[in-house]
Parts: sequence; C-alpha cells; structure tokens
Amino acid sequence: MTTGSVWEWIIKSVVIVFGLLTGFAYLTLLERKVLAKIQVRIGPNRAGPMGLFQPLADAIKLIFKEEIIPSRADKIIFVLAPIITVIPALIILGVLPFGGIITLFGRQISLSLADLNVGVLYITAIASISIYGIVLAGWSSNNKYAMLGGIRSSAQMISYELALGLSFIGPILLSGSMSLHDIVAAQKPLWFVVYQPVGALIFWIATLAEVNRAPFDMPEAEQELTAGYHTEYSGMKFALFFMAEYIKMIAVSAIAATLFFGGYRFVLEDQYPILGPVWLLGKVIVLLFGMIWVRATLPRIRYDRLMAFGWKFLFPLALANVFFTAIGIVLEKLWLIPLLTIAVFLGAVVMVGISETRRWRSHVF
Amino acid sequence: MTLNYALFFILAAIAIASALGMLLSKNAVYSALFLILNFNVVAIFYVLLNAPFIALTQITVYAGAIMVLFLFVIMLLGAEQTGRISSARWVKPAAYSLGIILISEILYIIFAQTGVIPDAASIAAEFGSPVTVGKALFSRYLLPFEATSVLLIASMIGAIVLTKRKS
Amino acid sequence: MNFSDLTTILPLITLVGWAIILILVDLFIPAQRKGIMAMLSAIGIMISLVIAICQFGGQTTAFSGMVVFDGFSVFLQILFLISGLAAIALAYDYIKRQGIERSEYYILLMFSLSGMTLMAMADDLIIIFLALELLSIPLYVLAGFANPRLDSEEAALKYFLLGSFSDAFVVFGTALVFGAARTTTIPGIIAAITVGAANLILLMVGAALILIGLGFKVSIVPFHMWTPDVYQGAPSSVTAFMAVGAKTAGFAALLRVFMAAFNTLAVDLVPVLWALAALTMILGNITAIVQGNIKRLLAYSSIAHTGYISMVLVTINQSRITQHAVGAALFYLVAYAVTSFGAWAVVITLEHSEGKGLNVEDYAGLGRKYPALAAAMTVFMLSFTGVPPTLGFLGKFYIFRAVLEGGYVGLAIIGVLTSLVSAYYYLRVVVVMYMREGEPLVRKEFWLSSTIFMTAIATVIVSIFSTPLFTWASKGIMFIPK
Repeated sequence: MTTGSVWEWIIKSVVIVFGLLTGFAYLTLLERKVLAKIQVRIGPNRAGPMGLFQPLADAIKLIFKEEIIPSRADKIIFVLAPIITVIPALIILGVLPFGGIITLFGRQISLSLADLNVGVLYITAIASISIYGIVLAGWSSNNKYAMLGGIRSSAQMISYELALGLSFIGPILLSGSMSLHDIVAAQKPLWFVVYQPVGALIFWIATLAEVNRAPFDMPEAEQELTAGYHTEYSGMKFALFFMAEYIKMIAVSAIAATLFFGGYRFVLEDQYPILGPVWLLGKVIVLLFGMIWVRATLPRIRYDRLMAFGWKFLFPLALANVFFTAIGIVLEKLWLIPLLTIAVFLGAVVMVGISETRRWRSHVF
Repeated sequence: MTLNYALFFILAAIAIASALGMLLSKNAVYSALFLILNFNVVAIFYVLLNAPFIALTQITVYAGAIMVLFLFVIMLLGAEQTGRISSARWVKPAAYSLGIILISEILYIIFAQTGVIPDAASIAAEFGSPVTVGKALFSRYLLPFEATSVLLIASMIGAIVLTKRKS
Repeated sequence: MNFSDLTTILPLITLVGWAIILILVDLFIPAQRKGIMAMLSAIGIMISLVIAICQFGGQTTAFSGMVVFDGFSVFLQILFLISGLAAIALAYDYIKRQGIERSEYYILLMFSLSGMTLMAMADDLIIIFLALELLSIPLYVLAGFANPRLDSEEAALKYFLLGSFSDAFVVFGTALVFGAARTTTIPGIIAAITVGAANLILLMVGAALILIGLGFKVSIVPFHMWTPDVYQGAPSSVTAFMAVGAKTAGFAALLRVFMAAFNTLAVDLVPVLWALAALTMILGNITAIVQGNIKRLLAYSSIAHTGYISMVLVTINQSRITQHAVGAALFYLVAYAVTSFGAWAVVITLEHSEGKGLNVEDYAGLGRKYPALAAAMTVFMLSFTGVPPTLGFLGKFYIFRAVLEGGYVGLAIIGVLTSLVSAYYYLRVVVVMYMREGEPLVRKEFWLSSTIFMTAIATVIVSIFSTPLFTWASKGIMFIPK
C-alpha cells in the first residue's frame, strides 16, 4: 500500500461524504418543491433564486437553535443516538461503484472506494445496524411517545429487512457474485430489472419501510406519536436525524440503481468513463422523485396492517421470487423468470384482494 | 505487519473492555450496547484475518438481528434495571476463584502448548469466501444445514404455540 | 450427496416430511376434532418404523461421514419410534382432558422424535449438537404446553434455561475438540488420536465440557437440578416422553462419543465417570425416599436409573467388553423405556384436573377397586426396583455384569446397595395401593389402558425370553469406518 493510494482513499471518502451531504441539502429542497407542485402550491422561493439557498438558511437556523436535553434523559445515549444514526447512512455507499476507471493527472483512478467481494452483504450488515440509532433515541429520551416510536421502528425495520435481504438474492444469483462491481458488469447486456421486475418492486417497497418513508413512516406518525423517536430532539441533533433519513434515501436509490438499473452504465459510458457518476446521479434522481411522488400520493397505512403486509405478503412473495429466479437459472431459461414471478405476483395480489374484500364485507378489521 | 499487530492489540483491548462492561453494567441496555460493540470488534478481527464474509455475517446476524431483538425485549418489558440479585454469600468468592482457575488453565494451555494453531500459510486464500462457504454448506455440510432448517421450523412453531393466545 | 445417502436416513426424512405435511393438513381439521392429528402422526411414525425395521442389517456411512448407519443406530431408532407411538397413546386422551389439546402437540412431538433418530445416527459432533437441539427445543415447548398453568410455565422456563446452558457446554466442547483434532467427525477424532496429531489437553477439556452438557440432558448428578421441577410441572404425557426419549438420546450420544472417540482419555476420565455414576445412584435413590408426589418420585427414580446406565461408561477403555457394556446399556434403556411408559400411563390414568391425584396417597385402595391396574403398577414398580422376573432385573443384571467384567467391584456394590434402598420407595407405592383404604379416581380410556396392558405384559414376557433382545443389543456395536 503506497502513500499515494492512501491519499486516493481519503480523497474519495471525502468526496463521497460531501457529495452525500450536499445531496441531502438539495434533496430536502427537491422534496419541498415537488410536494408543492403536486399540491398546487409554490414552495420555498424566497432564499436565493428559485429558493436555491433555502437549505443553507435551514442549516443556519438549526445550528443556532437551542439544544435541549431532557433532565430525565439518559444523557450519554441521548447524545450518541443521532451520531449512531448518521454514521451507517454515510458509510453504506463505501462499496458502491460510481463509475469505471478514469485517468486523471496521469494516474489510473477507479471511481469507487472499495471492491469488496461481499459488497451486497456489507450493505445488509450496515442496514441492519442502522436501526440502533433510532431505537436508542427513543429509549434514551425517557418519553413515551419517543419510546413507542423507537420500538415501532425497530419492529418495522426487522420485518422488512427479511424481504429486503431476499430481494438482493435475485441480482446475486443472476450475476453469480456478491460484489457490486460484478453485478454492474453483468448488467451490460440487459438491466436486471427486466429479469427481476418483482424483485425490484419488493426492494423498492422494503427500502421505503427501511428508511421510514411515507407510506411507512409509522415511527414518526404525528397524530399518534407527536413526532416519534425524535420528539425530544432539537437543534443540530434533530438535524442529524433529518440528515440520516435523507442520506439513506439517496443511498438506497443508488443501491437500487446499481442492483437493478445497470448502475453507472448507460450510453457512451464505455468511451467516456467520466459519464458514469453522471448517469448514476440521473438514475438516483429519477428514483428519488419516485419516492417523493409516493409520499405525496399515498396515505400512511395503519401499524398492524403494515406488519401484516410485510410478513404475510412481501416476505412470502420475496421467497417465491428467489425460488423462481433459481428455477430460471437452473433451467438456463432466463426469460422464464419475469413471466413466472409476475404471474405469482398477480396471483398473490388477486388473492389478497379477494380476502380483503371478504373482510370488508364482514366488517372485521 | 507491525501495523496489524498494533491494530490487533488495540482491538483486543476494546473487545475485552466491552465484554467487561457488558458484565458489570447495572443497566441492561448498557449491557446490550457493550455486547454489540464486542460483536463488532470481533467482526473486525475477522476482517483482519481476511475473512470479510464471516465478518459481515457476524455483524448482520449478531449485531444486526439478535441484539436488536434483545434491546427490543429489554425496552418493551421495561427491564432496564436488573436489580440486585440475592444469592448466598459464598457464591461470589466461589465464582471469582473458579474464574481465576479457569483463566490460569487457559493461559497454561496457551503457553505450554505450541503448534496448536495452524500456520497462516496452511489456510487457503479463499478460505471463508462466499463461494467456499456456499460449496461447503451444500456438499460436505448438507445434512447439518438441512437439520438446522428443520430445527428452525420446529422452534418457530414452538414460539407461536407458546405466545399465541387461544382464540 | 447421492441416492444412497437419502435412503440411509429415510426414517428421518419420512418423519420430518410427515411432520411438515401435517402442519398443512392441520389447517383443514376442525378445532373440535384434533384427535385425528394423533392418528395421523402415529401413522407417520409407524411408516418410519417399518422403514427402520426393513433397513436392518448392514453398515455404512452417509453424507460424507456425518451420519453412520449401524446396528447401534437401528436399535435406537426403533426404540425411539416405538417410544413416540407410546407417547402419542398417552397424550391422546390426556391432553383433551386437560383442555390443552392442540395439534401442534403432535407436530412438535414428531420434530423432537426426528431429533432423537438423528442422534441415533450421529457420527459427527456437529450433528450431535444439532440433534440435541432438535430434540430439546420441541420438548421445552411441550413442557410449557399447559400454559398459562404456572407450574407448566415454570417447567418450560427452567428446562429451557438450563437446557440451553448445557447445550452451550456441548458447543464449547465441540469447538475445543475441533481445535485439538482439527475435525469434528468421530472417526476423524479417533484417527487424529491414533496418529498422535491431536492436542490431548484441549481434547481433554473438550471431552469434559461435552460430558457436562450431555450430563445435563440425561440428568447425571450434579447436573440433575432441573429434573424434579420439570418432570413435575410438565404435562404428564410430555414428562413420560421426555423421561424416555431425551435420556435415551443423551445416552446414545454419550456412548457414541465416549466409547468410540474418547476412550484414549480413559486414565483421566474414568475416575470422574466413576464418581458421577456413584453420586447419581446414591443421590437419586436417597432423595426419592422422601417424595410424596408420584411425579417427583419418578423424577428422582429416573435420576437413579441414569446412574445405573452411566456405570457402563467406566469401561470405556476396555475394548474386550465394549460389546457387553454397550449391549447392557441399550438393554437397560429398553427396560427403562417400557417400564417407564407403563408407570407414567398409570400416573396419567389417576391424574385428574388441576394436577389432583398425583400424591402417593391418592393410590390408596387401588388394589381393591381396580385390581388389574394395581397389578400392572406393581409390575412396573418391581421392574424399577430390579426384582425378577422383570425387565428391570435383567437390565441391572447385564449392567452389573459388564461393570464387574471391567473390574469395578466397588461401583457394582454401590449399585446393588442403592437398588436395595430403592425398594423402599417403590414398594411403598405398592403397599399404599393394597394395604390402605381409599376411593381412587380413575379415568378409563382405550389407548391408555392398552399401553398399560402391553407394557406390563412386555415387562414380564420379554424378561423371560430376554436373550434374543440382549444379543441384538450387543450386536448393535458401533461401526467405526476406517
């Protein structure tokens, strides 16, 4: 390991972290703008041209707000919790390829931090420990709403992690590797979303629940829990939770793009590798727009039904998806996979529809 | 190499400290957190041993799944304060002396015996990689693998039987 | 894996597959007719039993040496499967009567049974551990099946905590043995010891830890603390199955591991095993004297019987009598199983709601009112004591013979003396039945009565013609592939 490569690592890490932080700031603006458009409002437009400095103004406001630590709170954990929440969000993209290899100042530079042969597992590992921050925030606040929010979120995340993990298996099976670089490379002829339409859908829904986004934002349901796990937080600590949520949105969109939508690859990327990050950014923005759109459209679902949906619908569907993907690969007829999985998906939807209608008729909720 | 050793000893100190913290904290949540720290440090040991697959499995399974449930249960039951456990007066000294005996035995074994640990060279480079683990699981260790799945079904049914209220 | 691997473990596959199918079938059986599940699971066990009997003969290994198929494994599999049938016969009416009838009872019982059959074949420490878990976890749940009855919950929790604790010992022991021999298969460990590649200190510590872990399962003193409470709190039909099945499986592992793999450690192990066997016999028998509750009495009696069986472990390094020793242990396990199921069936017959009818005094007047039942109970008590002509007598006879052949006269004397002590409390039950006036409440039910009848007959008849069974048991010597 040379000094040069150490510096390269450090620079790349700094670039990723700053990219995510800037992305977070402007994602909030994007969300407010899009929501405003959908709700036929104007949205933030005072700070700077078209409200472009709004995130800056928000940041200044949050920094100068008074920090309150409740007197009965568990002080150490209360302070640690936001940090524990934000770190997984910042490091989860460490294994993601942002592009191919470019030549800069006569030096070959690969546009990714690390190529781990178990990159997908790294993502699941980091996703699984990102629960702690929220749970601990809820517990240490010594506030019953916060506590309930924390417990809800942990139950929700554990439940949806199963479906999430299973939806990773489709791309792993198709590419024969757990390295995200290999997965991107294997999508050169065709994006995996073609083979894994149901897998991509499951991933998408499960990540919405993982990052506590609407319609799965139960942990912070205002009318039930005031603000959920971050009820007692204010100022910069609150900003960290906010930041973690939005960075996670960016991260899962980037992971979705990598696993199912060809990653950084797109037209002309072969000739001009520098286009890789640009294409990835484009895909991420499209996916983020989808998330915001969902938030603006769908109402929040009730907590027990959210758990039922996760365990009784999404999880079996994800298992069936793995099963049929494996069948398609063993038979070496990949075109079978989308046909079979979509058939199973539609069958499941019809069955749920029938049983829900019955339930509705008999007024048992 | 020296860097590796330095890293190892720092991590080992953290691992032991967190294990002690786990045992000695009065608050069950703190104990759980120390245990999580311990699991993560152990995972880093696996990374140092060039086994990232095992390291990440360790984090996902222990730190990510099992300990979340632990914390969940502790918080749900409100059992943070373990309280004083009343036990006979001789228990503590007996436990300490037995512990000391055990530690000295282990130290004796470590220092008296050499050649217990196979040389690093005898371990194949791909040891612990997902491909190797997968192949081992589905060939040599197929029966244990399947037996484990039956075990999990049985425990799942058992848990549901014990917790589900009779309708 | 190939086809012959699958046929080798066919009884196990049948059992597991049947249990999983039954989970689905259960959905279509109305709640008030769950008795059908008892019949269905009994059919599954019978199919498995037929396959196990058909497989008889031959020696082979399967799944790359993970399991071994030999006389020992077939013998134990048949014993386990018949125990499973008896356990269902005991449970069929009992759980209905106690208001705890749920079809999961039978499914869990089948899973536990599959763990036991796996244990019979295990030839690798990993499989031994998994089989131990697979047989124990359903038993923890079954012990708590009568929840929210407090004693049942207490039994389940105690059994679960101590059981998991002891399983941890087995895991640590396995890890150390793996460290010492760099393999977990029993033939591999033997080979490593023979060529001197194994680290004997680590191996010794590992063997000791495994002994502790398995000792918990078979309740060797001083690892017996859980036994009385769990036996008392668990529903009686579960206790019967637990007493026979878990103990037999524990001994299957102990015999397989210690007779085959750790016999070179005999110099260090034999004194320990000697002391454990002696302690178990003495403590089990003496504590049983003061018990007024029949379930606790049988619990301490089961500890005492553990002591008798573990006597054969002291002969681990004497290969010339291994055949006799293993045969004696297997024979004793059969005798214990038959007698035990009979005795527990009588207990269940007299037990009525809320745990009433479980004191020895409740048996007063049984001799006059229900002479057949009392006669059967007498046979079981005599068999437990070891009086001819019963299976229990021959079991003790073969055990003592093996121990004497091994040259452990002291241990045999302790065995005989404690047997004399045991006569006191076993015969007290008989005395109460015949000499005291009383109005015992008895539940007549076909399957219970036939179990009592058949086990009583078997206890006497098999003991008269015991030689084929013993020959078969001693042929069940373990096959060690080269």
